[in-house]
Amino acid sequence: MDQFFKASDLGVIGPELELALFGMIVLVFDLLVKNKRVLGYISLVGLAWSGFFLFRLYNVIEAPAYGGVLTLDPFAWFFKAIFLVAAALSVAISIRYLDVERENHGEYYALILFATMGMMFMVGAMDLVTLYIGLETMAIATYVLVGFLRSSPRSNEASLKYFLLGAFSSGILLYGFSLLYGIAGSTRFEVIRDVLEQRPLTDPLSLMALGAVCAGVFFKIAAVPFHQWTPDAYEGAPTSITAYMSVAVKAASFAMMVRLFMLALFPLRPHWVTIMSVVAALTMTVGNVAAITQSNVKRLLAYSSISHAGYILLGLIAANETGMIAIPMYLLVYTFTNLGAWAIIVALRRKDVIGEHIDEMSGLFFRHPVAAILMLIFLLSLAGIPPTAGFIGKYFLFAAVIETGHNVLAVIAVINAAISMYFYLRIVVAMFMQEATEKTGLDLSPGVLVTMAVSLIFTMWIGLYPDPFIAMARHALGL
Amino acid sequence: MDFFNNNILSIITFWPLAGMLLLLLIPKESTTLIKWWANIVALSGFLISLPLWFSFDFDGDTMQKVVNVPWIQALGVNYHVGVDGISLLLIMLTTLIAPLAVLSSWDAIQMRVKEYYAFILLLQVGMLGVFISLDFFMFYVFWEVMLVPMYFLIGVWGGPRKLYAAIKFFLYTLIGSVLMLLGILALYFAYPTIAASHPEISSQFGTLPTFNVLALQAIGPYLSETLQFWVFLAFFVGFAIKVPMFPFHTWLPDAHVEAPTAGSVILAAVLLKMGTYGFLRFSIPILPDATVYFVPMMATLAIIAIIYGALVAMMQPDMKKLVAYSSVSHMGFVMLGMFALNPNGLNGSIIQQINHGISTGALFLIVGIIYERRHTREIAQLGGLSNVMPGYAIVFLIMTMSSIGLPLLNGFIGEFTIMAGALQKDLWWAVAGGAGIVLGAAYMLWLYQRTMFGKLDNPANQNLKDMNWREWATLIPLIIMAFWIGLYPAPFFRALDKPVNKLVATVKAATPPAAPQAAREVR
Repeated sequence: MDQFFKASDLGVIGPELELALFGMIVLVFDLLVKNKRVLGYISLVGLAWSGFFLFRLYNVIEAPAYGGVLTLDPFAWFFKAIFLVAAALSVAISIRYLDVERENHGEYYALILFATMGMMFMVGAMDLVTLYIGLETMAIATYVLVGFLRSSPRSNEASLKYFLLGAFSSGILLYGFSLLYGIAGSTRFEVIRDVLEQRPLTDPLSLMALGAVCAGVFFKIAAVPFHQWTPDAYEGAPTSITAYMSVAVKAASFAMMVRLFMLALFPLRPHWVTIMSVVAALTMTVGNVAAITQSNVKRLLAYSSISHAGYILLGLIAANETGMIAIPMYLLVYTFTNLGAWAIIVALRRKDVIGEHIDEMSGLFFRHPVAAILMLIFLLSLAGIPPTAGFIGKYFLFAAVIETGHNVLAVIAVINAAISMYFYLRIVVAMFMQEATEKTGLDLSPGVLVTMAVSLIFTMWIGLYPDPFIAMARHALGL
Repeated sequence: MDFFNNNILSIITFWPLAGMLLLLLIPKESTTLIKWWANIVALSGFLISLPLWFSFDFDGDTMQKVVNVPWIQALGVNYHVGVDGISLLLIMLTTLIAPLAVLSSWDAIQMRVKEYYAFILLLQVGMLGVFISLDFFMFYVFWEVMLVPMYFLIGVWGGPRKLYAAIKFFLYTLIGSVLMLLGILALYFAYPTIAASHPEISSQFGTLPTFNVLALQAIGPYLSETLQFWVFLAFFVGFAIKVPMFPFHTWLPDAHVEAPTAGSVILAAVLLKMGTYGFLRFSIPILPDATVYFVPMMATLAIIAIIYGALVAMMQPDMKKLVAYSSVSHMGFVMLGMFALNPNGLNGSIIQQINHGISTGALFLIVGIIYERRHTREIAQLGGLSNVMPGYAIVFLIMTMSSIGLPLLNGFIGEFTIMAGALQKDLWWAVAGGAGIVLGAAYMLWLYQRTMFGKLDNPANQNLKDMNWREWATLIPLIIMAFWIGLYPAPFFRALDKPVNKLVATVKAATPPAAPQAAREVR
């Protein structure tokens, strides 16, 4: 524990090392091979390899490394698995898509691998500095990825916006961290918790720290009122990156929140519960209401992802056993469902067809019934209609708030769930009840097909028989 | 055979699902094969449900044909099915209506035939699932599953304003059901504390949180009044929207008018019953104190629905809309009888649910028949049809009489029993109900007179063909049922006897002295 580095610590970060290694291999091969698709396959191998290393660590209960700044516990393991799956599926839908956009370059895959690595460090961090380094590794790689369509002004604008606001929010977060360090004299989460426990609840310094940290993380999870960047960034980014951001980056940010708020800032819970209740109610409502008026599917799903962040906050607000299971469960469900939906939007993007406007989905059922039915299932899952996975996710969140007596919040949440159905149904109407305006088929590459199939299997499996996944989530929390 | 007998409920429920999955394999061009297949599945679905009726123990005091196996163990969710007399009748109604609805679509649906029948069969799974579930989680899953196919039936094959009607139907029901979900969760978490202090409950159902409806019914009397109050309201929103009770009824006329004929038939005959079934199965037995407390409110809303529905129905220029509003009025009767909370009221309420399924289902079929010929439902466009369509006029007459409660027909039995129950409860309820019956007779007879009698002066109506054998086949079973219930309702009352007595006993036993007083103050 005291010794900063032991040889065995390398084993703990094995999966991360794999990713870094493969990221560099991709960069080297970028110079050697003409066909950039090969790089996509190499990075898939890298993710699989890393997954294999991670799999061997499944039974680790608690493995502090590097003198305790990092740890590998079941919680970190669960989220790392989500990141790897999300990254792999995002790479799979990218390979053909980047050709269509004429932007197939090696850095793309390397950046995804590095970003994933950053997330994996984030979720393992038990220390403010380690957390921040992981966060920035992820964030900077994502800024570049958002602007990856260099010839598209929309993508450039999105990237710049995301970068400026992201840098600003990272600054605020860092300011909060520095205050915490000033209070506790240490960057370790446990020490910070112990010190905060000693101080009175009304201590202005801790409140300032809490405020700054909250603002920073709310930005990262795109909670109202710090959500403004999301629609622009999601719309401008390459669709495959939007998919990646909406699941992996979001999951990483929530994992970070759980660590910060349930450990380091737990003594301030009376304060942050109030803040989060307001933010959650606003986030759900604003996200859903704004989504109603959108006619661009990417923007629509961006707003819907804002509202989903609001739902997930309910888990932290409840903070009991059900609530804690709800967060990893919901993120797992959301990963598959959302990636499935995005995969179909990627498939709509073809040569000379942007495929983002809601009208461009009209009559999808007549052109490609299977894709339309899959999209229907994913949308129902996003809205939380049984027997899809989305219902199981929402079930845990609603159950958690009811169990802890946050009844008003529960009512707001379920009304929002009903509102969200309205705009998901708009896509359904376009797909099933309008004439096809576009005659060309879909661009279904093998990667997209695999992603759709995997997403469908898990969306239905979690929806119909969630026991194994609930057991995994419980294991992740050491229950 | 034992396997069939033990799992008959699951087989009945998932039979249409199996049929639907096979239907998906048929190429969409072979529409005739698809139609035949859907009809065979629906009809065989009815035939395999008959053994349920014959093997049902009418004197049984508990749930029958129970199957209870773990489903999601981490949450305490079980695949738990079973029937008592109430659900038996509703299941039989569903399996009877489904083949008729499918058969009635033969000519009406020309577009996207394969999906249409797939959705109808899927809808049937959802409806049957709702009636067999004894696990609240499972109930909720089926309750929601049924929304999607109904949404598509209205949205794809409906009339001019189909998209509006479909989305209104979906959102109304969804808002109700998510609030109901919160109520379910509140009960789920309330269970362990009560079970812990009542060994007779925990020994039977365990101490963990549970969705078992029987366990929740057992803890019902011990729930605090505040909890009962809020959970009742949550359930009320969910079920009242479905019934639909005034003032949540506005989705119904839109959905009915825009839906294709088969959709309207299923909607009126079965879907509305899911709301009343919810009150009977969950609200009343689980929340007896709150039930008693809310009686004045429920009765007021029911009476408003009876009178208001009838008055609005009278003014409708569109046949289908008229029948839709008459549904509002009739379902008001059902609710009034139910909340009389005495044996007569409850018996009548359940019989009237079946009656409403038969007669309103038939009326929608009748409207559909004329719509297929004339492509209009405007009453002003019709008139004197009995001259060209004598068979049709006879069937219409029988169903009109059944709807207004003429003796010898089913409607009379239901309305009479409900009125008897209402009279026992409160004179004014009976007066209001009586006014509703008079108004009901007025609008139905006036409708009949304007469409069937008089001179056949519209040239478009000159050459209308009478009903063909297929249309007769959809209506004859309903006519038989109408006469059966009208002439010999004893088997139905016998099926209801035990469950209704149980409900009455629960409400009586659990009424604390304070509650009726509070109820009086509200009134």
